[in-house]
Amino acid sequence: MSTTEVLVKELVEKNGKTRNSLMPVLQGIVHNEHFLSEEALLCVARELDLSAADVYGTASFYTFLDTVPRGKNIVRVCKTITCHMKGKDEIIKALGNALKIKVGETTNDKKFTLLTANCLGWCHKGPVMLVNDDIYPDLTTQKALEIIEEYAKDVK
Amino acid sequence: MENNLKKVDIIFEIDEKQSPLAILEKTVKRPADEIILDLIDSGLKGRGGAGFPTGLKWKFTRNEDSEVKYVICNADEGEPGTFKDREIIDRVPEKIFAGMAICGFVIGAKEGYIYLRGEYNFLLKNLQKKLDEFNAGMKKTGIDFTIYIKSGSGAYVCGEESALFESMEGKRGEPRNKPPYPTVAGYNSKPTVINNVETLVYTTMICHMGPERFKALGTKDSRGSKVFSVSGDTPISGIYELELGMPLNEFVDGFGDGDTKAVQVGGASGHCVPRKKFNDTIIGFEGIPTGGSMMIFNSSRSMYNVLHDYLEFFTEESCGQCTPCRVGCQQLLKGIEAVKRGERPPAYLDDLKKLTATMKIAAKCGLGQSVGNPFNSIIDNFREEIIY
Ligand SMILES: Cc1cc2nc3c(=O)[nH]c(=O)nc-3n(C[C@H](O)[C@H](O)[C@H](O)COP(=O)(O)O)c2cc1C
Ligand code: SF4
Ligand code: FES
Repeated sequence: MSTTEVLVKELVEKNGKTRNSLMPVLQGIVHNEHFLSEEALLCVARELDLSAADVYGTASFYTFLDTVPRGKNIVRVCKTITCHMKGKDEIIKALGNALKIKVGETTNDKKFTLLTANCLGWCHKGPVMLVNDDIYPDLTTQKALEIIEEYAKDVK
Repeated sequence: MENNLKKVDIIFEIDEKQSPLAILEKTVKRPADEIILDLIDSGLKGRGGAGFPTGLKWKFTRNEDSEVKYVICNADEGEPGTFKDREIIDRVPEKIFAGMAICGFVIGAKEGYIYLRGEYNFLLKNLQKKLDEFNAGMKKTGIDFTIYIKSGSGAYVCGEESALFESMEGKRGEPRNKPPYPTVAGYNSKPTVINNVETLVYTTMICHMGPERFKALGTKDSRGSKVFSVSGDTPISGIYELELGMPLNEFVDGFGDGDTKAVQVGGASGHCVPRKKFNDTIIGFEGIPTGGSMMIFNSSRSMYNVLHDYLEFFTEESCGQCTPCRVGCQQLLKGIEAVKRGERPPAYLDDLKKLTATMKIAAKCGLGQSVGNPFNSIIDNFREEIIY
């Protein structure tokens, strides 16, 4: 069995073999593998006894359930109005320059994907970004770059 | 804030003598009908945006005949400019749990779910820990109710109640036709109470302090207080619990930077109020209701950019299920861009306003129906900024 198959089986075991488990199962895969591969989607369909189209249909609806390969660290900079007013453009530009990628792209070493997001719920402390599940409010370009460096060092 | 804004401390107040679990234990000894009467008497209306009377919602669900019912806490908080639910979840989660369990007792449900937006995953660990303790506490005292957490995955529309059920059922977050309403057929097509985070905390506190203290706050049409999320051009952005029914000019006196040109009340889907209307605008159900989002703009801001941001937001977040909303959002966005570039005459804005009227009637859910709120209020009040 491939690691993906093992993972899917574990997640289905943990959450239950019903359609209502689909979201937690997909979320679990993304947590471990950073995106939903074709193999993973087919495996979920098999394990939950759903059509592959149903599984893909659900996955493709949600921003956080990516179906294209993503880096190990996913950076999402809030681009909604108050963060816009507080300078999200500079943050995105600085991160893009440092990582040498544009929004939507992944670095060659697969360590980082740079994305934007809609309001992250920290408008009083914008600009703000999520790196994976961690939130970083009150950003300056300096701070944003330092945070990314920390993640770049991390080899776990 | 040295002015006459009426600050309140109910939501975040910590009572050392009576824990939320103790409030729950005390409350479930009372007859369910009495609790409903108290909630109706308090005048509490939903704090998630739509403002439906909470006591009635519970009563309708209680009256449904079903073995299985559910209580759901809507913690999908995605309306731009809103961040109060995150703070409530972080600081007083037990008050949310207690409100859910009281609701479970009243309507006859044994399971509750918190639907937490994926953007708040960093809250999960601590929330789960507090929840495990609370669930254990309920078990020990013989309260037959268990709460679980479900996570979202980054879709604003899943805050719409029926889309949220779809998402919990492992489907695309596409809003359902209504009726049936959740009180009749919600999660798993069973009778369901779905309430906003803040609403549930108020139910706990009304059970704790009685409806009188709550009722004494606010106005006839907007009883009680509300947690406001204040952001934008203000020196004191943050979270404030204030009495409902305040005039907007008092709010601006307290929070503005002295140069406030407009306030967006109720988030991207709310209304934009220009300076000349501050004096006659009431924040509450009799004026402009809000889920709590108050975004302040000063004279350095282009209202074209503001509207453009909102329309981009709706274009991205529309679930795409119905044509008036899917195509309408795109056309509104393209339309103002075309007017700005001079490719369309200014009168084209009036055609776009008609489009929002169509969306209001023909869109399936609140997302498409309310795009006209920001659109018309910004076009009507800042027309010259959109054109030139
Ligand atoms: C597009 C859309 C998004 C919504 N998002 C939320 C949300 O994030 N949180 C919330 O409590 N209500 C949200 N609502 C309102 C819910 O549908 C529902 O009315 C509310 O959860 C009921 O709770 P309440 O009566 O306590 O306010 C949204 C509605 C729409 C149309
Ligand atoms: S109004 Fe928009 S968000 Fe709502 S169901 Fe229609 S397309 Fe989806
Ligand atoms: S606008 Fe960026 S967090 Fe709300």
